[in-house]
Amino acid sequence: MVRAKKATPIRVLIAKPGLDGHDRGAKVVARALRDAGMEVIYAGLRQTPDEIVEAAIEEDVDLVGLSCLSGAHMALFPRVLRLLKLRKVKNVPVFAGGIIPDEDARRLKRIGVRAVFGPGTSLDTIVTTARQIARRRA
Amino acid sequence: MTSRRPLPPLARGVLKGDRRALARLMSLVENRDAEAGPALAALYPHAGKARVIGITGPLGVGKSSLISGLLAHLRGQGLKVGIVAVDPSSPFSGGSVLGDRIRLDRAPGDQGVFIRSMASRGHAGGIAATTREVVRLLDAFGMDVVIVETVGSGQVDVEIRDVASTSLVVLVPHLGDEVQSLKAGLFEIADVFCVNKSDLPGADGAARYLSEMVALGTDRDGWRPRVVSASAKLPQGIPELWEALAAHETFLDAKGLRAASERCRLGRELVGLVGERVGETLAERLDRDPRVNRLLTELQTRTTDPRAAAEKLYRSFRPES
Ligand SMILES: Nc1nc2c(ncn2[C@@H]2O[C@H](COP(=O)(O)OP(=O)(O)O)[C@@H](O)[C@H]2O)c(=O)[nH]1
Ligand SMILES: [Mg+2]
Repeated sequence: MVRAKKATPIRVLIAKPGLDGHDRGAKVVARALRDAGMEVIYAGLRQTPDEIVEAAIEEDVDLVGLSCLSGAHMALFPRVLRLLKLRKVKNVPVFAGGIIPDEDARRLKRIGVRAVFGPGTSLDTIVTTARQIARRRA
Repeated sequence: MTSRRPLPPLARGVLKGDRRALARLMSLVENRDAEAGPALAALYPHAGKARVIGITGPLGVGKSSLISGLLAHLRGQGLKVGIVAVDPSSPFSGGSVLGDRIRLDRAPGDQGVFIRSMASRGHAGGIAATTREVVRLLDAFGMDVVIVETVGSGQVDVEIRDVASTSLVVLVPHLGDEVQSLKAGLFEIADVFCVNKSDLPGADGAARYLSEMVALGTDRDGWRPRVVSASAKLPQGIPELWEALAAHETFLDAKGLRAASERCRLGRELVGLVGERVGETLAERLDRDPRVNRLLTELQTRTTDPRAAAEKLYRSFRPES
């Protein structure tokens, strides 16, 4: 009753690879995750896959969310996944958001993207899914 | 004899330059996880070489942008730089959006930089305990300079002095009101003031005003805060800003004050750490103590008052009683 219970917040990196300058969607997701009690490291626009992976390592995140509206997702997202593997970042799931056609979404999931959220996805769904897939710490 | 024990794997990783081990250990520290203890102990002798610069000031004055400028400047000199950026946690959800990385530019693939964002997580003892240990990890990792950015609960973070040997307070033009509201505290925190956004009108006036305030004040152990104008945007004044910060570090060495100031910070760290443990133990015991429930009832029926109730409990826990 007197004691405050301590929970370790989920740390999530939100990054926008690619050259498009729209990060409204990514910011809305970032705030929703914050309001769900997560610590969101917001890396901002125009991140290269290398920068994203470096940030994931330094921030020791439990989850990475990528957003891309430029249509370059099939070039960029797989590179992030490959680099994560190369740098031995294990058990850090990646989810994706943006304007991603179904066919691309299926391909992304095949190579290891855990969830793909289209433009109409509710924030509730994103938060719930993020919680489910985030790396669990013993 | 800490040194005889086998090196914990994470500590070994940090000493070998493993960035993932460093990051992992930082998380354990942030989570106040007891598992961090042996690694911290093993790394302590390897820390103490880095220059620790604290940067505080109101939100949006350009602290992160200035750090980005300093980072480029320091990397140009071949110095390795660690950055710890602390932002407040939401008191409601406990979550936070940590956006300082947006402003921190670095050369592609540069491994001489390590940036960590931290949420304050509403620690009872402030963020100082965690920040100090995270800084120490960067120090043991081999960083020459560690820069800590904090906002703090007011407009500046007083605790920065518990972490850094040199403190920078960043302000912007038209800061008259801010300086008023910050009052004397501001001058106790700052070894250096930076008026950022000198590309905007009013910067000269602000810097002049601050300089006058500094001139009117008394100096601390023979150091009078320096005032530097800069623009992180242009950029302009970054080398001068570093020169002012470095001058304070040189001053500490020249006057033989570094050891004393470190001792003072270590003293507060020690008190803080003991306080943390005592607080936890106390909360645990009170949680199981049937008297607490009785006292709460007495409080609600106004048959005792909070101070008297606290006194009663305190007496029963005092080690000498
Ligand atoms: N005009 C101008 N804007 C700046 C300058 N430095 C930073 N800013 C802007 O001020 C805003 C806040 O900067 P940031 O570094 O995030 O501030 P912090 O909250 O103190 O870390 C951003 O929009 C920056 O682009 C500067 O020297 N001049
Ligand atoms: Mg900042």
